[in-house]
Amino acid sequence: MAEVATVENLEQNVREAMARYGNNPARMIEILQDLQDIYGYLSKDLLKEVSRQTEVPLARVYHIATFFKAFTLKPRGKYTIQVCTGTACHVKGSYRVLERLEDVLGVRAGDTTDDLMFTLETVNCVGACALGPVVIINGKYYGHVTPVQVESLIKEYRER
Amino acid sequence: MRRLESREDLERFREEALSRRPERFISLGMGTASRAHGAEAVYFVLKEEVAKRGLDIPIKATGDHGLCGYAPVMVIYPDGVLYHSVKAQDVPDILDAVEKGEIIERLLYTDPMTGVTYTYEEEIPFYKKQMRLVLGPMELVEPLSVEDYLCHGGFSALTKAFFDMKPEEIIQEVITSGLRGRGGAGFRTGWKWEDAAMRPSPVKYIICNGDEGDPGAYMDRCLLEGLPYGVLEGMIIGAYAIGAHEGFVYVRKEYPLATHNVQKAIETLRELGLLGENILGSGFDFDIQVVRGGGAFVCGESSALIASVEGRVGEPRSKHVHATESGLWGRPTVLNNVETLANVPYIVNRGGEWFAAIGTEESKGTKVFSLAGDIYNTGLVEVPMGITLKEVVYDIGGGIQNGKAFKAVQTGGPSGGCLPASQLDLPVEFDTLDAAGSMMGSGGMIVMDEDACMVDVARYFVKFLTEESCGKCVPCREGLRHMLEILDRITQGEGTMEDVDLLEELGYVVANASLCGLGKSAPNPVLSTVRYFREEYLEHVKDKKCRAGVCKALVHYKIIAENCTGCHICFKECPVDAITGEPKGVHVIDQEKCIKCGICKDVCKFDAVKVV
Repeated sequence: MAEVATVENLEQNVREAMARYGNNPARMIEILQDLQDIYGYLSKDLLKEVSRQTEVPLARVYHIATFFKAFTLKPRGKYTIQVCTGTACHVKGSYRVLERLEDVLGVRAGDTTDDLMFTLETVNCVGACALGPVVIINGKYYGHVTPVQVESLIKEYRER
Repeated sequence: MRRLESREDLERFREEALSRRPERFISLGMGTASRAHGAEAVYFVLKEEVAKRGLDIPIKATGDHGLCGYAPVMVIYPDGVLYHSVKAQDVPDILDAVEKGEIIERLLYTDPMTGVTYTYEEEIPFYKKQMRLVLGPMELVEPLSVEDYLCHGGFSALTKAFFDMKPEEIIQEVITSGLRGRGGAGFRTGWKWEDAAMRPSPVKYIICNGDEGDPGAYMDRCLLEGLPYGVLEGMIIGAYAIGAHEGFVYVRKEYPLATHNVQKAIETLRELGLLGENILGSGFDFDIQVVRGGGAFVCGESSALIASVEGRVGEPRSKHVHATESGLWGRPTVLNNVETLANVPYIVNRGGEWFAAIGTEESKGTKVFSLAGDIYNTGLVEVPMGITLKEVVYDIGGGIQNGKAFKAVQTGGPSGGCLPASQLDLPVEFDTLDAAGSMMGSGGMIVMDEDACMVDVARYFVKFLTEESCGKCVPCREGLRHMLEILDRITQGEGTMEDVDLLEELGYVVANASLCGLGKSAPNPVLSTVRYFREEYLEHVKDKKCRAGVCKALVHYKIIAENCTGCHICFKECPVDAITGEPKGVHVIDQEKCIKCGICKDVCKFDAVKVV
């Protein structure tokens, strides 16, 4: 589960992440990836702390954090649901699965449910084309998913 | 682990590895695709059961075997018996059979088209038409076992390059081989190396591009997962040839297993002295770092990738100065794709002439494709250049599933195009595919049947590219957005005849005026579908019909009364209660309420729900 940010642990985690990459600000993307792994998302305070310690202007840190798809500036749900929208999954109907997920969860792709249970997102391709449509929930792969399975799948996770 | 100080040390290590090599072993594909199919559970039970029975059969957890649609795939050597779709509960039977020298019929591969069952891997048509060069050792080696890699000739090209050849001789062999970049553009690898090598800069870099962003392509993932040493060996040879002492492997963040395996492989090579200072006592220093991508398609473009390695956002720059002159941090930089580098050890070992004898005049060697879509044998295939699309789709891919008709094959991902049945006799070559309006790309090949709507496919790619366009240059950023708007109109039944022409015109502007390869090739999916499937566009515009039943605004769902048995399942599953009807009576869909999610069609066992 994601760590809750405090002034102290932010300072320390940023310092450790930087040290892992030789205190080289050129490794910004990976520093941010590591920090996102810890906190689940990149908060305003976190970006400020990264900017302070790396001495990279906040605007540039923000530019990177918003340019790359890997980063999210909003808190994430307990479960991340990724719908593969690669070409093979698309022609096998992944858009129908996505629409059903949006309906059942009441959020659009890219958003998190209000109860912070689920974050729904799309991923361009996970390279498991034989399984399409593929849905990945917190790293667990579900293959050949059809819209009709969506409701019970979500129910299963809600009740965990 | 010991440190190898010389070529002789390495050869001794190889001999020891060979002397320990088992005759009989079980190879289980364990790449991402296999794991998604539950290969890990099979592996653990297999390990446990072999230990319990006290059997002397090593289990090799290898990269994906290629037949991804039938994973987990297991091959029992030395005979090469192939079992597919193996489950944990099959393990005791498999081991019984191995001990008794028997075969388990039910786990053998049966050709879906001919119904013929095959016992041995080499007999299966899927493998027969392939030429597995780069992928050759995939099922024989554990990805992280140096000993396995050595047993299959690993690092012999590296020692040959270091001790028997001068850098310029290596480059000459690569030029002679005619090897062209496997990442998409098909630039000649030898020329790139030659250009970087002649630069006087004391600092040079080599980057391995593993930012495989094409949706529907997974060749590089499999290579990095299954044969990381092969890719790294090619990279070390490249570094030696151009005089680079530092290298980077840029891996897509969506590929955690690939990142892990490459990272571990690099650490092992450092311990062995195959990376680091004075490699094998040659006096040559070289080290590699792994860089994880941030998830941006545009970073597959060389200048954007370099910007991203430098810690900046991945925006391309114009390329009047090549990276080989001024790339990473302004130094000469060679950027090669994963598969390109994996070819290098073979060229060094067997010579450029040998490599150039495979393939066609302008496209040499083999190409790995990830074959996916509506075919029977989804998977990773490697074919000699010049093979026809038809052979790949039908002979290797096994043809179209469920008796449907072939509609198109998409190559080159978002930069490529859709080719119709009339183009199936085209040979797979860089220039022929370009001329046909598609491209080789990195090797995604997606086969679509009659249920795919070509306008929707074009819209899908343009939407993808609109999101992935970095926004630096106007033609790509704005042009694509407007192409998407037009395609939205057409798929919603609001298109006009002018729209189709406008789409083409805009496409040419975007292709001609964009800064980088992303924009230059972005209109291909649209232009190729307009070229080959114009009648489908016209149907959407004039008749307001989508023959494939994909474009929601143009279709509705209907229950055919004669087929409906009143099983009531659609009634139960409809999420918006749009279906009425009593059990055992004919059911009806209320078109006002229907959201066209298609669930009723999915659940109907009697083919009573039709899209009209």
